[in-house]
Amino acid sequence: MEPVRIDARGLHYTPLNQQIRRAVSEGATEISVDNVLGQRFIADGLKGEVTIRINGVPGGDLGMFMNGPTCIVKGNCDHAPGNTMDNGKIVIHGSAGDAVAHSMRGGKVFVRDDIGYRGGIHMKEYGEEHKPILVVGDNACSFLGEYMAGGIIIVLSKSGNTFGGRGVGSGIHGGEIILRGKLKERQLGVGARITEFTEEDLEKINPYIEEFCEYFEIDPEKYLDTKYTKVVASSSRPFAGKYVWE
Amino acid sequence: MSLGSVPLKYRIQIDRQQCMQCMRCVDNCSYGVFREEDDGNILIDSRKCTACHRCISMCPRDAINLSERPVDYRSHPLWTPEAREDVINQSRSGRIVLAGMGNAKDYPIIYDRLVLDACQVTNPSIDPLREPMELRTYLGQKPSKLDIRKQENGEIELNTKLSPNLELQTPIMIGHMSYGAISLNAQLSLAKAAAKTDTYMGTGEGGLHKDIYPYQDNMIVQVASGRFGVDINYLERGAAIEIKIGQGAKPGIGGHLPGEKVCTDVSCTRMIPAGSDAISPAPHHDIYSIEDLAQLVRGLKEATEWKKPVFVKIAAVHNVAAVAAGIARSSADAVVIDGFRGGTGASPKVFRDNVGIPIEAAIASVDQKLNDQGIRNKVSVIASGGIRNSADVAKSIALGADAVYIGTAALISMGCRVCGNCYRGLCPWGIATQREDLVSRLDPEVESEHVANLINSWTLELSELMGAAGINSIESLRGNRSRLRGYMLDEGTLDVLQVKPVGA
Ligand code: SF4
Ligand code: SF4
Repeated sequence: MEPVRIDARGLHYTPLNQQIRRAVSEGATEISVDNVLGQRFIADGLKGEVTIRINGVPGGDLGMFMNGPTCIVKGNCDHAPGNTMDNGKIVIHGSAGDAVAHSMRGGKVFVRDDIGYRGGIHMKEYGEEHKPILVVGDNACSFLGEYMAGGIIIVLSKSGNTFGGRGVGSGIHGGEIILRGKLKERQLGVGARITEFTEEDLEKINPYIEEFCEYFEIDPEKYLDTKYTKVVASSSRPFAGKYVWE
Repeated sequence: MSLGSVPLKYRIQIDRQQCMQCMRCVDNCSYGVFREEDDGNILIDSRKCTACHRCISMCPRDAINLSERPVDYRSHPLWTPEAREDVINQSRSGRIVLAGMGNAKDYPIIYDRLVLDACQVTNPSIDPLREPMELRTYLGQKPSKLDIRKQENGEIELNTKLSPNLELQTPIMIGHMSYGAISLNAQLSLAKAAAKTDTYMGTGEGGLHKDIYPYQDNMIVQVASGRFGVDINYLERGAAIEIKIGQGAKPGIGGHLPGEKVCTDVSCTRMIPAGSDAISPAPHHDIYSIEDLAQLVRGLKEATEWKKPVFVKIAAVHNVAAVAAGIARSSADAVVIDGFRGGTGASPKVFRDNVGIPIEAAIASVDQKLNDQGIRNKVSVIASGGIRNSADVAKSIALGADAVYIGTAALISMGCRVCGNCYRGLCPWGIATQREDLVSRLDPEVESEHVANLINSWTLELSELMGAAGINSIESLRGNRSRLRGYMLDEGTLDVLQVKPVGA
């Protein structure tokens, strides 16, 4: 089928999503949405194998509950792209706001530049097929990976500034946060700990780095070493020692 | 020096003359109170007893006796045995005390200080036997006006776009109790009962097990801060979606299902790893304001193409009315208020017993605020938390609720004796447990019948109460506080409830 073009100028998000849904149900596999300016919930709850190119700046919750599609954003994103996403991909040629990949259970989010606070909060994995991946090209703000219960967050700090935030992984009880460069203990949240980043870890994240670099035409070579810090949970039962029964 | 042990909570005794040594108590007690000796004698370890009454209900000879607090402390009005024991417990552990079921503090129960009205002489009461009683309830946004035009051919045309509503044949629904917190058989029984009585039940934050799919048209799927089990298919299956912000038994804090309760099946339904704690953070991390709440409400509606009503559940707290008014403006279709007596599997005791306000006051103040602001039609009000009988339902509706959720009452109808030990995962009634032998004690065919009976009998009583008051439609009872009177309620409370005292 021919690629479908949708002009989003002045369009409210509901009719815009209706047009996208209609195109997908008619079998479109390539959709371009032009002149996007702040429309929220694009591809919300959308299922299927389709690539949506979003030209402009989408509003919050891009790809919320999405299951399958790929969204490629030529621009920045507002808060929480990939919120509670189940499967699929979001590729952002720019930066994104707070709570990126909030509660994401599967699929991948690639952000070329920076993300705001609380990135990857409560990301979780289950089974073999659900392992969410968030790769951030440059930097993230504080409270990254709070309450994380699975998946991998990778922050590459491509401009050379290492992660400077705090509260990394408060309440984390699963998954891994991998940050380029060194992290100080005091930057950790409660329940998180630093472990050594090994060759095996590199092998594990290698495909995600390569995929990231391919999207943004970056040479991956520079990132394929062990100069990372890995943050994991001190326990899969962070609250086990907090309570006593009546 | 050691603190020693605290006295027994319960003492179990067997009347050996009555006992026929059938050993049913031994088999039925999952807490291990009874042990059969080689000589056929039964040994009793009362310290393990939780007063779940399983043995008592199964004993063919009524030979078992249970007494509560068989050992006296020196009596003291302030330093109750419980106060002393909590101190001892915390001195030993240094931890937060968790407790089960609802608020156990002796606060006055407003429901029991409200009386209903009946007709005498001047306007006749109605006999529900011969007059139709309208109990059908619609939950969701109602338009503020209808644009109706008569066409040339005489047909009436409705030009107002109506929001999706849930249609219930009784204003009684079953509240959110998740798979994980309760067993699949328990959930299945409730779901079947909801279908039989044409009402709805909540999934809780535990996802939707595939065995419940046949009843999905009667399910309200919950989206809580952990987003467990939430994906687009789950949202599409539910008849309505409920965002859980808070819960009456533990306002302001999150929840967590201990790892040992997360078995493979629970893990699949919740979509989390087996054996790890299922942690619901205190807030939704994409909701820090009413505007953010509106964003999630719309996000859920957009995902489901605006076909389903979205409810928002909050705990009844001091400024509940203002919060509800905010929710009414967030494009939500109903606000669920959970009072401080709401049940739960486990909650920090200090929260359970001390945080939040009674549901009766919350219903009245929310209804009043929404009316004052002219937005009562924008949301339905669903009340929950400590509703024990049809009178409580009638009073809730007269105070301003559209419908109620029942939780503990529905569990009691399946065997629960409110022992408050749900957290141990050993519920001998097969309700709050995942242990297969215990779960299989609960037959969904039989128990769904019990739950349906309960809802049907309350519905019958409700129509009788309405008939006696000369009301033939639930709509005319809703918010009709002139049909209530307060008995021994203080002026301040009467003022909040907008109810006159008895005799006035
Ligand atoms: S169930 Fe009753 S009769 Fe049977 S062994 Fe126990 S106490 Fe005796
Ligand atoms: S459901 Fe909970 S309170 Fe009820 S009997 Fe079972 S363990 Fe006890």
